[in-house]
Amino acid sequence: MWRRHSPTTEPFWMQALLMTAGFGFMAVLVLLPMAVVFAEAFKAGWVSYRNALEDPSALSAIRLTLLVAVIAVPLNVVFGLAASWAIAKFDFIGKRLLIAFIDLPFSVSPVISGLIYVLLFGANSVLGGWLADHDMQIIFAVPGLVIATMFVTFPFVARELIPLMEEQGTEEEEAAIMLGANGWRTFFSVTLPNIKWGLLYGVLLCNARAMGEFGAVSVVSGHIKGLTNTIPLHVEILYNEYNFVAAFAVASILTGLALVTLLLKSLIEFRFAGEIRAQKG
Amino acid sequence: MASLVATALYKLKKPSIIPGFGLTLGFTLFYLAVIVIIPLSGLFVKTATLNFAQFWQEVTSERVMHAYKISFGLSFAAALINCFFGLILAWILARYRFPFKKIIDAMVDLPFALPTAVAGIALTALYAPHGWIGQYLDPLGIKVAFTPLGILIALLFVGLPFIVRTVEPILQDADRELEEAAISLGASRWQTFCKVIFPSIVPALLTGFAMAFARGLGEYGSVIFIAGNIPKLSEIVPLLIVIKLEQYDYAGATAIACVMLVASFILLFIINWLQQWAGNRSVRN
Repeated sequence: MWRRHSPTTEPFWMQALLMTAGFGFMAVLVLLPMAVVFAEAFKAGWVSYRNALEDPSALSAIRLTLLVAVIAVPLNVVFGLAASWAIAKFDFIGKRLLIAFIDLPFSVSPVISGLIYVLLFGANSVLGGWLADHDMQIIFAVPGLVIATMFVTFPFVARELIPLMEEQGTEEEEAAIMLGANGWRTFFSVTLPNIKWGLLYGVLLCNARAMGEFGAVSVVSGHIKGLTNTIPLHVEILYNEYNFVAAFAVASILTGLALVTLLLKSLIEFRFAGEIRAQKG
Repeated sequence: MASLVATALYKLKKPSIIPGFGLTLGFTLFYLAVIVIIPLSGLFVKTATLNFAQFWQEVTSERVMHAYKISFGLSFAAALINCFFGLILAWILARYRFPFKKIIDAMVDLPFALPTAVAGIALTALYAPHGWIGQYLDPLGIKVAFTPLGILIALLFVGLPFIVRTVEPILQDADRELEEAAISLGASRWQTFCKVIFPSIVPALLTGFAMAFARGLGEYGSVIFIAGNIPKLSEIVPLLIVIKLEQYDYAGATAIACVMLVASFILLFIINWLQQWAGNRSVRN
C-alpha cells in the first residue's frame, strides 16, 4: 500500500528494516521459547502428556501451588488495599519513604528472598530453635513456601493501586462521608467500584508470580517430593532427571497460565480502556 | 503551646474527614515490618556476626570474584543490547500500524508473566546443539547453551520488557509538532531523531536500563538451566549463594547476599533518582 510519505516518519525501507530487526529479536527471544514448550510437551504424543500431568507427584505439586496462591494472594490484596488507602487518601510525612519500602521486594534477588527466611526461621536461629522446641516447622515446609511467596509478590497490588487512587483524589470519598456513609460503606460503594479494574490487574499479576515463583521457594522448600514441591520446582526435578517430556508437559500448564494472564490483562485494557481513562479523571 | 503541638501534628499528617487512617496505616506498617523489614534486617544482623576479616575473605574469594564478573558483566551487556532492540520495538509499537499489533504488544510482557524456570528450560531446549536455533549455530562453531553466551540470552529475555515498557509511553506521548518544526527548519529525519527525539527519551531509556540491569543481577531461575554452571566460567552470584546454602555455609551465603543486596539498593536509589529526573522533564515540557 502506497501512502503519501509523511515528513515525520521514516522512509518505507527504513520502516521495513526496523520491523524486521524488532520482530526478529522478539521471535528468537520470546515467541520461540513459548512455542518450544508446547512442541516438547507433545513430542511423545497426547498419552505421555496426560500421564505426566496425572502423575501423583505432579498432582500434589499442582495442589500445593494452588494452596500457596490461595493464601498468599488474598493476604497481599488486603495489604494492597490498606496501603493504598493510607497512602492515597491521606497526606502525611514519610509517604515517599513508605512507598520505597513497599517496592523493596522487587529489587531483591529471589534467592536472597528465600535466604532471609532460612536465616530467620532455620534451625540455627533463635526463632528456629524455639519453633523446633514447639514442634513447628516453617522452613522446608508449607508455611515457608507461603511466606516466601508473600514476600516476592508483596508489592504487586499496592503498586497498581497507589498511583490510580492518588490520581482519583479524595473528593468522592469526602462527599460520601459528608452524606453520612461510614468508612466501610464509603470504601465498598465509592472507592471499590472506582478501582476495580486496577485491582483485578494487580491480582492477576500477583497470582501469576505467586504460582510461578521459583528462586525464593526453591531455597526454602527443601525439595521434598509430594510434600514441598510446587509446580515450578517439580519442573526442575523432572528436568534434572532427564525426563524432558514430563518436564515440558508440566511447564506447559505454567505457560498456559502466563498466556491466560496476558490475555485477561489485554482484555481489561482493550475492553475497558474508556472506563479506565474516565476513572483516572 | 497547644497551637505548637497542633502545627507539628498538622505537618505530620494533614487533617481529613475520611476515616481509617490509623487502621490502614497501622496494618500496612505491621505487615511491612513482619514480611519485609524484619527478615531483611536479619540478613545484616547475621552478616554482623562475622568479623571484618572473615567477611572480606568470604566476599573476595577467587570463585566469588569470578561470579561477580560474570553476573555484573553479563547483566550490563544484556541491558545494553536490550536498550538497542527494546528501543526499536518501542518505536515500532508506538508509531507504526501493522496487523496483530495488539497481540505483539501483549507478548512483550511474556517475560514478566512466564515463570523463570519455564523460561530457563525453554531457552535451553531452543539453543542446545540440537535445538531449533542451536542446530544452525552449532556448525558455525557458536555454542550458546551451557556457556556464558547462554546466560546472556536468558538475561536478554528477562530484561526486554523493562526497556520497552518505560520507553514506549514516552514515544507515544511525544509532541509531533517538535519533529515537524525540526523538519521544516531543514533537519533530516536522522538529525531530528538524534537531536529532538532521542534527548527526550534518554531518561526513560536509562531508567529501563537500570531496571533491566538490576533484574539481571538477581535473576536465578531462567539462568541456571542454560548456564552450565561451571565454577569461575559460567557461575552466577545467585547460584553461588544457593550452593553455599546447600553446603550449610550460612556465613558465606549471607556475606555474598549482603554484597548483592547493597548493590541492588544502590541501583534502586539510582532508578528512583532517574524517574524523578524523567518526571521533572516531562512536567517542564
